Amino acid sequence: MKSVYINSVGSISVQKTYESNNFLEEIVEYNDTVIPAQDPNYKDYIPPAAARRMAKGIKMGIVASKMALQDASLEQVDAIITGTGMGCLRDSEKFLSNILDNDEQYLTPTPFIQSTHNTVGGQIALELQCKGYNFTYVHGSNSFESCLIDAKLQLEQNEAQNILVGGVDEIGEHTVKLLKLVGQIKTEPVNSSELLLSNTKGVVFSEGANFFVFSNQQQASSYAEIVGVDIFNTLPIESVSNTAESFLKDHNLSVNDVDLVILGNNGDVRFDDFYNTLTSGIFKETQQAYYKHLSGEFHTASSFGFWLAANILKAQSLPKVVKLNDKNTSQFKNILLYNQFCGENHSFTLLRKC
Amino acid sequence: MSRGVAITGMGIISAIGNNVAENYQALISETKGISRISKIKTTHQNDIMVGEIAYTNQELETLLGLTPDNNYSRTAFLGAIAAKEAINDANISDINKYKTGLVSATSVGGMDMTEKYYYEYLDDATHRKYIAGHNAGDSSQKIAEQLGIEQSLVTTISTACSSAANAIMLGARLIKSGQLDRVVVGGSDCLSKFTINGFKTLMILSDTYNTPFDDNRKGLNLGEAAAFLVLESDAVVNSENKKVLAYVKGYGNANDAFHQTASSDNGDGATLAMEKALQVANFSSKDIDYINAHGTATGNNDLSEGRAIIRVFGENVPDFSSTKAYTGHTLAAAGAVEAVYSVLALQNNVIFPNLNFKTQMQEFSITPQLTFKEKPLQTVMSNSFGFGGNCSTVIFSKEA
Amino acid sequence: MDALKQELKENIIEQLNLEDMTPADIADDDMLFGDGLGLDSIDALELIVMLDKNYGIKLTDPKEGRTIFESINTMAAYITEHRSK
Repeated sequence: MKSVYINSVGSISVQKTYESNNFLEEIVEYNDTVIPAQDPNYKDYIPPAAARRMAKGIKMGIVASKMALQDASLEQVDAIITGTGMGCLRDSEKFLSNILDNDEQYLTPTPFIQSTHNTVGGQIALELQCKGYNFTYVHGSNSFESCLIDAKLQLEQNEAQNILVGGVDEIGEHTVKLLKLVGQIKTEPVNSSELLLSNTKGVVFSEGANFFVFSNQQQASSYAEIVGVDIFNTLPIESVSNTAESFLKDHNLSVNDVDLVILGNNGDVRFDDFYNTLTSGIFKETQQAYYKHLSGEFHTASSFGFWLAANILKAQSLPKVVKLNDKNTSQFKNILLYNQFCGENHSFTLLRKC
Repeated sequence: MSRGVAITGMGIISAIGNNVAENYQALISETKGISRISKIKTTHQNDIMVGEIAYTNQELETLLGLTPDNNYSRTAFLGAIAAKEAINDANISDINKYKTGLVSATSVGGMDMTEKYYYEYLDDATHRKYIAGHNAGDSSQKIAEQLGIEQSLVTTISTACSSAANAIMLGARLIKSGQLDRVVVGGSDCLSKFTINGFKTLMILSDTYNTPFDDNRKGLNLGEAAAFLVLESDAVVNSENKKVLAYVKGYGNANDAFHQTASSDNGDGATLAMEKALQVANFSSKDIDYINAHGTATGNNDLSEGRAIIRVFGENVPDFSSTKAYTGHTLAAAGAVEAVYSVLALQNNVIFPNLNFKTQMQEFSITPQLTFKEKPLQTVMSNSFGFGGNCSTVIFSKEA
Repeated sequence: MDALKQELKENIIEQLNLEDMTPADIADDDMLFGDGLGLDSIDALELIVMLDKNYGIKLTDPKEGRTIFESINTMAAYITEHRSK
């Protein structure tokens, strides 16, 4: 069985991550409930004729993919695997409101086509002319982690050598209204540096695209090795610690071997206890980090956490802004990520320095 | 990597029946499930025909024993019914005895409820429980709960009309690699105003019964369905002394990389998918006894798929037929619906006819199987192609 | 007729998001599909909706669009002959 490496990264987020060489040195702070992504100059990456029908999610996905390919010095990959919770939400909303507002008349196909969940993955394939394997996972906060499992399986078995993997989601205006009504998005703005102190229900909602090239060939630019990924549809809070320990044990590690644990805390007072049980429990003495104050929350926000972990392992340094406690470590070898959303769809991901 | 992937249970609900037995009966008696739409109010009512499931949501709720405060979309209801039948069929009483996952597929997710209450949500709280059920993964979470799958791998694939074929593919790979001992795989999609209008804008809906591979085909009929298979490892099959219905022998996915919705003229992606599947199965094209084609009855698909079949099989195209004339095109569920039909074909050594065909296509000389046919079958190939250039092929066989 | 042609160019640019173009960039006899403006089959479907919405012309078969949408000239001629609004 072959090892699996993260050979490159590409990120569009609410931070200026599209600038290469900017590893969270300059932070954009927010005081809001919904934050849109920082746009790169899309025209630098996508010809106007191709861009004219593209939803923002597609543009973000294509640019993040192209950045990842560039970073890996690759023109082509063997497969493309995309995760998205909601797909191109704006076009879905547009098509549905057109149906309802115009009594099913004068509807045009473009927003319907974009509303299909695999439209980002399909468009990337079209842009790259990649005829390989092309899957899209749409399973809430485990959409991106499902991609990891799939890609890892193929690379370990040498069914593919280079796979483009990413998570992408976009904000939709009507959906935001609805999610506020049911308490999933905060109704009061919160300053990003105080996200975990909000003591209110709901999240700060956002969007973004994080893409990576995974390979079973290590190269000079490699960021990290992907050691393990496990997802769980349910996980009672009492079982989170045990599950973390047995996940580590599956990879011949114990809590003490973890140099950094990166958690998906999003400031939702109803569900952050899933993380707190780890930070005040088995990982009390471990260096801890969080990132959703920088990325906002969306179904594939954990792909930003993954981007963070990959960068930490490559740079061997931890940006101050993500620190959750004041523990330190001399080096970063093993990083454990844990994420869940609304108490569902939990994931553990283990990355190692390579 | 040489482990077998056994199918030990199946469940289905579609326009031609509420379970596997009813579906089989309709297939062999050539009974179509296509009619005018009755459960969704649409201005296109007289312009389209659909494959609709008879049960109302309320009846499905009762069948599942759910209380009225549930927030199931129709996609989740249908999926739960079919997945439960599959588990029963596989004689599974303790689902968590083995490491069991669920890989489901859907394209509409909870859109049926969203489109009903989209504006009402804003100033009336009555139906807001459905908001959280909109995202595609929610139906899979509910199906897992109905099956009692806990603390395990549950995920959802959405690659338009090839989704469920891809769910079967992932499930097979998870078993082959030893990550799971058992995976419930399949898909569910209900009819919705959203998809009806979407396909209408693409001008690929027929106003009458769909006619796959016919020269005068006018487009597809949308359908709703859910279907699931239970896949188990050799180890589970041996230790439980399981009856095996068939095996997942090969699979392949490729991208046409040609157009956002249409297939390439020569079916590049479809050709690649079939070739990959043959390779995984370690088969040559001569080893395939029957092809359950995607055959949506759109001008574009049937031409592209037919040409791809000729590219892969040359002069020796095996018997092939599309069963979409029975069920309509059930989108993300289609790959699982047709997987069930492929296994039924193997079990009973029969080929289901390609209904409604009258005129030979001009572009090539291959003709689908037009009448019910009995023939010893060892292998069946099933094709599913979707928007975004997504092309999938799964091969089922009697032998591991 | 010239007013209709100008209107068509403006609508095509807007409906099809041809951001970098102005009506002056489209000659009356430019090929709209293929090597000309480079429109594709999805654009053709968009144009069919435009015919229906703006001029009350209903096409039932997308193939009919091929000759109608050849150029601004052919579109204007077809619309003039068949429009109901």
